[in-house]
Amino acid sequence: MAALTTPTVIDLAHDSVRDLNRALHQAGPGTSWRIEHPDGAHNVAVGLTEDLDVVIGGPVGYYGAGMNQRATVTIHGNAGTGVAENMMSGTVRVRGSASQSAGATAHGGLLVIDGDASARCGISMKGVDIVVGGNVGHMSAFMGQAGRLVVCGDAGDALGDSLYEARIYVKGKVKSLGADCVEKEMRAEHLAELAELLKAAERDDAPADFRRYGSARDLYHFKVDNSAAY
Amino acid sequence: MDFASQGLRESATFDRATIHAIQRAAETGIYDIRGWGAKRRVPHFDDLLFLGASMSRYPLEGYRERCGTDVVLGARNAACPLRLDTPVTIAGMSFGALSARAKEALGRGASEAGTSTTTGDGGMTPEERGQSKHLVYQYLPSRYGMNPDDLRAADAIEVVLGQGAKPGGGGMLLGQKITERVAGMRTLPVGIDQRSACRHPDWTGPDDLEIKIRELREITDWEKPVYVKIGATRTYYDVKLAVQAGADVVVLDGMQGGTAATQDVFIEHVGIPTLAAIPQAVQALQELGVHREVQLIVSGGIRGGADLAKALALGADAVAIGTAALIALGDNHPQYDAEYRSLGSAAGYYDDYQDGRDPAGITTQDPELSARLDPVEGGRRLANFIRVMTMEAQTIARACGKAHLTHLEPEDLVALTIEAAAMARVPLAGTDWIPGAVR
Repeated sequence: MAALTTPTVIDLAHDSVRDLNRALHQAGPGTSWRIEHPDGAHNVAVGLTEDLDVVIGGPVGYYGAGMNQRATVTIHGNAGTGVAENMMSGTVRVRGSASQSAGATAHGGLLVIDGDASARCGISMKGVDIVVGGNVGHMSAFMGQAGRLVVCGDAGDALGDSLYEARIYVKGKVKSLGADCVEKEMRAEHLAELAELLKAAERDDAPADFRRYGSARDLYHFKVDNSAAY
Repeated sequence: MDFASQGLRESATFDRATIHAIQRAAETGIYDIRGWGAKRRVPHFDDLLFLGASMSRYPLEGYRERCGTDVVLGARNAACPLRLDTPVTIAGMSFGALSARAKEALGRGASEAGTSTTTGDGGMTPEERGQSKHLVYQYLPSRYGMNPDDLRAADAIEVVLGQGAKPGGGGMLLGQKITERVAGMRTLPVGIDQRSACRHPDWTGPDDLEIKIRELREITDWEKPVYVKIGATRTYYDVKLAVQAGADVVVLDGMQGGTAATQDVFIEHVGIPTLAAIPQAVQALQELGVHREVQLIVSGGIRGGADLAKALALGADAVAIGTAALIALGDNHPQYDAEYRSLGSAAGYYDDYQDGRDPAGITTQDPELSARLDPVEGGRRLANFIRVMTMEAQTIARACGKAHLTHLEPEDLVALTIEAAAMARVPLAGTDWIPGAVR
């Protein structure tokens, strides 16, 4: 957890994204930063490696907090495509909604989206935990390899298509499941891990209201009988 | 048995290989998956010849006068471009497809020869990073093992959109090769058939790619050159879009480019020959005014110094070798012929890189088989091969009066066939005819 210090303010109305990222890459651990007027800029606060506390005072464009390591980044607005893509560790919180491919390929850390997330949320996720307060779009958790996706609203078409070992929890309706994705029994250990995830996301949803989805593991090997699914 | 003298005639349409393919499909119910690249005959560098110097051109002294071979890649935007001693680079091949020792050997050989090697699907291994002076890190749709620390540890970043063996297709690694280490690096269960994505997960077109490339530059503080690799298809348009998206280097892989595992139908029927793709790429770069500023690396069927020289003469800045590099390490060596035959193949024919039983110990994860490849000896063999390629190209360049390999030009070439003349956009030998050219 980043230490609370007087934040250094960088105003993107005057400074460039290059200036911002250079400063954040050189920042010492435990420092706090506030970014003013992001105004949908792309690549804001990408490639952070230290335990920083970064507050972004508005919406960001593509790849906000991309490839984050260790830092805590809070976005007070919506986020464009690929927020927290390939995150390795740390926490990214979006106070608004997120566009497509939120948390794509992320290996670790926690991504919280208070609003909705568009298509392909958690695509190819590799260990990240994602909690979405609203709905997720189609093909979410596509080819998800590891980690947990929690959806407190509804899920769109083809949820968990071609899923590997990622686990999915959905509170609302699922429009359709993708190839090789099935509903699974919600056992005590799943309720427990879901409770932890919801707590980490600062949500008060009841774990018992969710359903669990995972891989049927039928497509793990090429089989002629599965040709219609390939 | 001499079938022809018996009055037996093989069908040109249904030849023995075709008959076997139909029988195999009928028996197994699944398409053929194999390694290597396209095996069909297509117009290639063999269909071009150099016009050496004579009365109208002045040659350089073959053993004395300098003919430069160095190349700088990626200086357009990067603070730290790659400076190589030879324009022969090593193409991207994954740990997983290849053994860790094979990857180490590639790094050793490339470093000894003063050139770069490239990672592949599945991430960067310490063996490869440790032995590679210049290491290009591939950024692939699967993002297996993609780690920003490795991005920063690389010397260049190659955004892979496709490869010549399968433009439009994703990677494939069958369960035999998904060992504990390979699975761990890719975050996959051990032993499954791994299917890599064919599209990047967080961008969908050239406008998105421009933002993605800027993200990669931001994360690496604008130090690393960013390559964009494409499989040869609509090359003219793809190169223009790649440059406009911000590529410092375009890597163009023709249909003869190798693969570790792909459907045979994909390898043989999708994409265009390397020879046909290069002039399209060069035209695109010239029209954008960035030829030589954005470098062009060509791969797909590069086998020796003549191919290198011809690729450069057509406008490339460097080449990449994959299959040839594996052969230099020992792939398909006659010493393993008996073992190849026990696998239903033979030395010179072996292409079952997908099944992990490579007798040469290169395309395998089997500890006993991979132990057969000595990375130091393999690296030495590869360095020898790269040096020979470079010297062969210098021999040709001097004969054409060029003081540097990149001074070779289309005017130095003629074609042996109408097809090659049309594709390479050089005259048919003995004529001034370039089919398709506007006079």
